[in-house]
Amino acid sequence: MSEQKSANHDEHFSHHVRRYLYVFYALLFGTLITVGASFIPFGSREINIAVALFIASGKAFLVAGYFMHLISERKMIYGILGFTVFFFVGLMGLTLWSMADFPVHTVTH
Amino acid sequence: MEIPYTSEIRRDTGLYNAKVGIWLFLASEVMLFGALFSSYILLRVGAVEWPYGWLNVPLGTANTLVLITSSITTVMAWASLKMGNFGRFKIYHAITICCAITFLGIKSYEYHDKFIHYQVNLKDGRIVDGHMEENGKDEIVILGRYAKDLHDVIDLHERHFEKPQPIKIERSEIASMDNYGPWHNTYTAIYFTLTGLHALHVIGGAVVITYLWLFGASMWKTDPERFTNRVEVSGLFWHFVDLVWIFLFPVLYLL
Amino acid sequence: MQATHAVPHAGIHEEHHEDAGFWRTYIFSTDHKVIGIQYGVTALCFLFFGFLLMLMMRWQIAHPQHAVPLVGSLLHSIVGDQMAAAVKDAAGNIVGYSITPELYNSFGAMHGTIMVFLAIVPLAFAAFGNYVVPLMIGAPDMCFPRVNMASYQSYVVGGIIMLVSFFIPGGAAQAGWTSYSPLATSIATHGQTFWLIGMIFLITSSLLGAVNFIATIIQLRAPGMTWMRLPFFVWAQFVTAFLLLLAFPPLEAAGVMQLMDKVAHTSFFLPTGLAVSTLGNISGGGSPLLWQHLFWFLGHPEVYVLILPAMGIVAEIIANNTRKPIWGYKSLVYSALTIGFLSFIVWAHHMYMTGMGVRVATFFQTTTMIISIPSVIILTCMFLSLWGGSIRFNTPMLFVMAFLPMFGIGGLTGLPLGFNFSDLHLHDTYYVIAHFHYVVAPGTIFALFAGIYYWYPKMTGRMMNEFWGRVHFWLSLICMNLIFQPMFAQGMAGMIRRMADGGANYTAAHNSATGMEVVGGLSDTLMRLHVFILWAAICLGLAQIPFIINFFWSIKHGKPAGSDNPWHATTLEWQTPTPPPHGNFAKPVTVYRGPYEYSVPGHATDFTPQNEPDKA
Repeated sequence: MSEQKSANHDEHFSHHVRRYLYVFYALLFGTLITVGASFIPFGSREINIAVALFIASGKAFLVAGYFMHLISERKMIYGILGFTVFFFVGLMGLTLWSMADFPVHTVTH
Repeated sequence: MEIPYTSEIRRDTGLYNAKVGIWLFLASEVMLFGALFSSYILLRVGAVEWPYGWLNVPLGTANTLVLITSSITTVMAWASLKMGNFGRFKIYHAITICCAITFLGIKSYEYHDKFIHYQVNLKDGRIVDGHMEENGKDEIVILGRYAKDLHDVIDLHERHFEKPQPIKIERSEIASMDNYGPWHNTYTAIYFTLTGLHALHVIGGAVVITYLWLFGASMWKTDPERFTNRVEVSGLFWHFVDLVWIFLFPVLYLL
Repeated sequence: MQATHAVPHAGIHEEHHEDAGFWRTYIFSTDHKVIGIQYGVTALCFLFFGFLLMLMMRWQIAHPQHAVPLVGSLLHSIVGDQMAAAVKDAAGNIVGYSITPELYNSFGAMHGTIMVFLAIVPLAFAAFGNYVVPLMIGAPDMCFPRVNMASYQSYVVGGIIMLVSFFIPGGAAQAGWTSYSPLATSIATHGQTFWLIGMIFLITSSLLGAVNFIATIIQLRAPGMTWMRLPFFVWAQFVTAFLLLLAFPPLEAAGVMQLMDKVAHTSFFLPTGLAVSTLGNISGGGSPLLWQHLFWFLGHPEVYVLILPAMGIVAEIIANNTRKPIWGYKSLVYSALTIGFLSFIVWAHHMYMTGMGVRVATFFQTTTMIISIPSVIILTCMFLSLWGGSIRFNTPMLFVMAFLPMFGIGGLTGLPLGFNFSDLHLHDTYYVIAHFHYVVAPGTIFALFAGIYYWYPKMTGRMMNEFWGRVHFWLSLICMNLIFQPMFAQGMAGMIRRMADGGANYTAAHNSATGMEVVGGLSDTLMRLHVFILWAAICLGLAQIPFIINFFWSIKHGKPAGSDNPWHATTLEWQTPTPPPHGNFAKPVTVYRGPYEYSVPGHATDFTPQNEPDKA
């Protein structure tokens, strides 16, 4: 009985293993294009930043979603993380917004 | 009464205790690194000039690939336990630990490189920038170059990678000098703080994984499900460490 | 159904812990009840110490540059000539030692730090939470007992580091509990470094505790204990734990950065162009405002950490002593959740004077006004709960009933501070001190006193003395009001905070002979209030003596509780033996009803415990 169970288990898991491998290849590829894209002159610094963060977010999604199993996780965990992300965005966004009205670069070295 | 749900799943939440615990802890870590990233943005936006090209991109890329590898070996180690294969778990986690040591080794080399890299401001206004070769009483030798001006030291976009030359400088000619430690400017400060804190997390995660690797066999025999859960939970922490690096690398090395 | 013995007896699970020995049972215990008591006793010691610091400060304010009585020489022997100045008489003989401004500032900084991080939060959240929450939800212990022990030990280490900092050359941190840079970094001594390292240990302790609380409340509720059957105290602790979990890490990051500024000479918070001799050759380029943002990102949720557990205790005691359910359970729960959520996006109302733009100031002003609504809802529900109740005026109930108007005063006086335009006048004045002390001192601390008197019979099997409890209550209530009411007037007249001489320098701007007022001058009346406040503070200290004696004396000589449930309460912690054994409940508890089934019509008794099944 347990042999059958583990055989099914193995089969079930070999899907997962293949998926992990694909994610791994995607992450390797993502790393290479991150480096490559940083050398492409897109015109403005902002676009380079956006491209790099976009690729990084993609890689993060893969690690979190598949290696950390978030894509099939429970609502409770989604809830905890949802609030965390909201507060993180709040911290970053509101702090930067509050500094937006200061004159920039008034003091040089 | 024993504490329930240490291995078995509680029906209405679908989770076992340690999984709730580790995700809560990771949420707090998101806020910790999030605050540091926010500080990075604030300091960079407020800076007159922000350095570019001060970090070794090939080494950073290598470290990224090392961590990504360790990430898949971590999840494979857990998967092996789920499939009942303790031997394979040992192999995968051995690789994970090797990856951690490699990462820390490369990082140490990079840190050391920064500490022997000096910016020397001469009294006649010239700037010498390079690695300290000889640190004598009356004179020093820098293996580097004369920089055109301060901007040339900070922004290395236009660098043409000429071979560094040994430059001898009398101490009497020096107005001020310091190395590229955290105190050098806010870029090095946030670089060392972010990567240093990250490295401490790498060490912490590696210690836990090593402990499970070395002493796991006894719990695997008595309570395999609980041991598998422990490996999963430590793996979640390790993946988070990898996640932070996925953002750290482009932000510090490439942008 | 209720066990009638009150003498502590070993439960079924004590047997295999017999050989645990003294150290594992009382010092290195993983039992949540022991840890709760450890937290409680340690926190009360820190509360007492913080109170002594305040007394010395108030004395100095009332008598600037005079020799400090009683403790002057002791201070001098600890901190030396730099911090305790010799006071000489006309002949040049030393008559005593006074507190220098530097020492005053270190007392001020440490009073705040100790009261907030070492006394109130550990007492309200960790002590009461650890002891009561697992019992209230029907759990055998916390989710992660060893993490719980680690969290207490981290707290002790942090506390020791903070205390040790008084004894190092130059003394403790001097830049306020808020530790603003560049001041905190530019003071040449190492007190600030100790403060930062101590804070890292304290934050670690809180994070570990927060994880434990949330996981326990999510996972270890007994069968039948649904979310909406939880006593409000548990909800309050749940929200508090989330606040600690998500708001502390940015301060930890900031603490690491300020430590780097101090030790590694970085310039995270030090701007370019700063010319301070103690800072040497720094790179500049940093932002002092960054520290303020990161600090207050924690600082504001922190004040809700201070008040929410107190509100939880108040709800429990009101329900119990009015013999009816609290009014508006759902409103209370949703208000607590809303407060928790909103508290993360109001922080810059502590920073109105930093010159941020109009739109972002308006944003923070708006969210600050909105967050006052759930606070008022909670207070209103508590007030309404009294209506029609069969009130028992025992000591816990007296403290709790005083909490209501005191917290009301504290909360309402916060409103002018939340508005940008009125805060312009009141920021950094004594008005602020009065406001937050009203909320925490006759607010939170009264609720904590109530909690001690209330849960004492569960922990010890004996009641605290009722007469001395009332003495403690009335004296504390009167003295607290005498201390803090005048401070509103002082603040509105323009007396600013953290002045070592109490504002004596500013009295010169007020000419009492001609009565001419110069803007910002402080009148003699205001200055005389300092002496009045000092004596009220001394009386407050004396009022605690009956409490301290009562607390220790009643352990062995108090009136026996008579049963495991002397207050006839419905919540689960009263349905265990006294004191609860290791493992709390002999077998898994099943919950059949809500937390406040008091005076249910048609029922034989006026209360029904949560775990009592329906008779039919």
